[in-house]
Amino acid sequence: MTFDNAFGDLIAFFGGAGTFLLALGVIVFAGFLLRSVGQMLDHKGETFNEMPLIIASILAILLLAAVSLFWSAFFGGRATLRTIILVVAGIALAGWLFRYLGQMFTNNAPMFRDMPYGVAFGYALAAAAVIGGVWLYFQENALFFRWAVQGFILFGIGAFLFRLLGRHVGTTGSKKLFRAMPLTASFGIYIILIYAVLAVFAGVIAPHGQEEIFTKVNVLPGGDPALGGDPDFPLGTDQIGRDLLSRLIYGAQNTVGIAFATTCLAFFLGGSLGFLAATLGGWLDQFLSRAVDVLMAIPALIFALLLMTIASAWAGSQSWLLTIYMIVIIAVIDSTRVFRLARAVGVNIVVMDYIEAAKLRGEGLSYLIFREILPNATAPLLAEFGLRFCFVFLTIASLSFLGVGIQPPLADWGTMVRDLAQFINFAAFSPLTAALPLLAAGAIALLTVAVNFVVDWMLHKSSGLKE
Amino acid sequence: MDSVLRIIIQRLGLGALTLLVVSIVIFIAVNLLPGDFAQAILGQGATPEAIESIRRDLGLDQPYLSRYFNWLAGTLQGDLGTSFAQANFASFTGSQELTTVAAQIAPRFENTMFLAGVTAAIAVPVSLTLGILAALYRNSVFDRATNIFTLSSISSPEFFLAYILILFLAVLNPLLPSLSNIFEGMSLSERFIKTLLPALTLTLVVTAHMMRMTRAAIINLLASPYIEMARLKGLSPMRVIVVHALPNALAPIINVIALNLAYLITGVVVVEVVFVYPGIGQLFVDSVKIRDIPVVQACCLIFAGAYILLNLLADILSILSNPRLRHPK
Repeated sequence: MTFDNAFGDLIAFFGGAGTFLLALGVIVFAGFLLRSVGQMLDHKGETFNEMPLIIASILAILLLAAVSLFWSAFFGGRATLRTIILVVAGIALAGWLFRYLGQMFTNNAPMFRDMPYGVAFGYALAAAAVIGGVWLYFQENALFFRWAVQGFILFGIGAFLFRLLGRHVGTTGSKKLFRAMPLTASFGIYIILIYAVLAVFAGVIAPHGQEEIFTKVNVLPGGDPALGGDPDFPLGTDQIGRDLLSRLIYGAQNTVGIAFATTCLAFFLGGSLGFLAATLGGWLDQFLSRAVDVLMAIPALIFALLLMTIASAWAGSQSWLLTIYMIVIIAVIDSTRVFRLARAVGVNIVVMDYIEAAKLRGEGLSYLIFREILPNATAPLLAEFGLRFCFVFLTIASLSFLGVGIQPPLADWGTMVRDLAQFINFAAFSPLTAALPLLAAGAIALLTVAVNFVVDWMLHKSSGLKE
Repeated sequence: MDSVLRIIIQRLGLGALTLLVVSIVIFIAVNLLPGDFAQAILGQGATPEAIESIRRDLGLDQPYLSRYFNWLAGTLQGDLGTSFAQANFASFTGSQELTTVAAQIAPRFENTMFLAGVTAAIAVPVSLTLGILAALYRNSVFDRATNIFTLSSISSPEFFLAYILILFLAVLNPLLPSLSNIFEGMSLSERFIKTLLPALTLTLVVTAHMMRMTRAAIINLLASPYIEMARLKGLSPMRVIVVHALPNALAPIINVIALNLAYLITGVVVVEVVFVYPGIGQLFVDSVKIRDIPVVQACCLIFAGAYILLNLLADILSILSNPRLRHPK
């Protein structure tokens, strides 16, 4: 670097810093002015009297931003921005009108009299959103939105009927459970059941095999021969002629099955080591806890990717071996989180009197762990199992999406998304084709959402939180 | 203030120690590779002499311990080695100049930080506001709707959210570019526009987590006596929450924000691949695919370092925000 250059950089740096400082000064001054004006106009109010200068400066920045947005919308000819501002202003006005009319017509009923403006605005916003949604639903070209709404309503009705069924069929206990269940939780259980059926009976349900290759390649979805489809392949075929519907169904078996096996392994590893550390204590506990601390200091996905690099070198060209390695790697990484929880729960249980009694009876280690600690730790571990499963499932899907997860001959949703992703660009011409990658990704999302809903409900129920 | 300084120094020392152990773990993991790097660089058809010379160049003939310390010393001085792909390319073309890993990573690191910065600037205010509103109108329709929405967006894979956003904002309504080709010398506004779609995707993922935590932290405090007192004084619900509950809920909120920033730096991998964003995550994935060990090692260390540093920051900030920890008896 020459001297000239360095000098120029220096000037540029200080020039930049100077502008920055000047702008900062102007903003702080504006904030100060704003606060002073506020204090003058509102003598008694605490809002302005107690306001720190930094909050006032932030308010000034927001005010400046709002003014400049207005300026460019109404005088700078930004039509989209103008529409947005007008719509927001319209909703704000509607909210005020709603409250005012409510007060007038109900003769100041407490609901309207005490309603803060924010709530009224919220009602107006919600009404606008519903009206906008309905309007969009009947638009000619909003095909994806219509599909999403239809799917949402269909699944909602399914979940409702499922809950209704659960309330009237089954044992007394299960009926009671279903009666106290929110719709989200029954939606979750309903979806999980559907996935379980798909995964177990994939071979029966799928019209073709997952590795079966047909001569017709790149058949478009829809099954209409005039549009390049084929009734034999409702969702079309891929570049080498495999039926996509079958692969989607087999994906339930492979992706979900592998994730489930991995989670079980992680729980076996982490759970048994955690309980062992809690019961024995001492140097084993110290060693295991510190080792887990170190492993948890590396972000999970990054560590998994690093280990997968090595595993892919070990596995060579045998792809099934790589899948096994992946299961082990992710199980080990996730078992650290399980270990933490199992140890924390176990330590609380070990100090109980009944453990002391069992020890005095002369029970062995395995009796203590499996008959005394485990039954008392099932509730938190079960909730954790759900969350872990989601996490493992998403990690595996992400690895497959990045191309280092479940390997090709097996059908898998993450890999399908990656292979089909480019079709999304054809959304305007062939919506069905563009929906294919979203279908695979949505299959992943739907299951994790469902499991999360169920876990959320379980946690809510076991914590006894009602407020 | 003395004790606070001591706590901070303790935490920093612990962080440095963790980083050291992590570097050992990474080194061991990498050395589990079958065969050795020389074979990996030259491929199958290499002559034994060539392999021998590369082994000498890379110092592979030395024992593990001295190799580890050489690597560590180099890393501390900012020398992360040379990527295999680059070395291979150089030996193919016969050129002497090699692009080092550090030079490869530097611009990408800056891009990733830019993406994380834009995301944080959008996500933090939005999630705090939403969290406060959800706590204020708890158990209302608004609260339940946000709960369902955030739970869904936390549990969806990033690429699903990314493709949904691409479908609606880039393909059907071409408002934003779906590919983020960032290059040197582009104007800030243009760069911002190109970063917006990945940033929005990350915002969706991160906001949900932060918002739920904010809501939970505030609601946890609502049963305390001083909140009841404030309510009995006749303060408005908004004021009770913002002035009385929020400062006491700061520790968990700061914690979750720092954790999510750590996530932003480490979890960007998938989003960067979807949008072909030239960040460090994409470099990492590409290097993983071609088994370019020096780059993988360096990226891994940077990610782990950022992760540890932000966790440390969360720890220290939550100590500072709690007077009881700040002035221990």
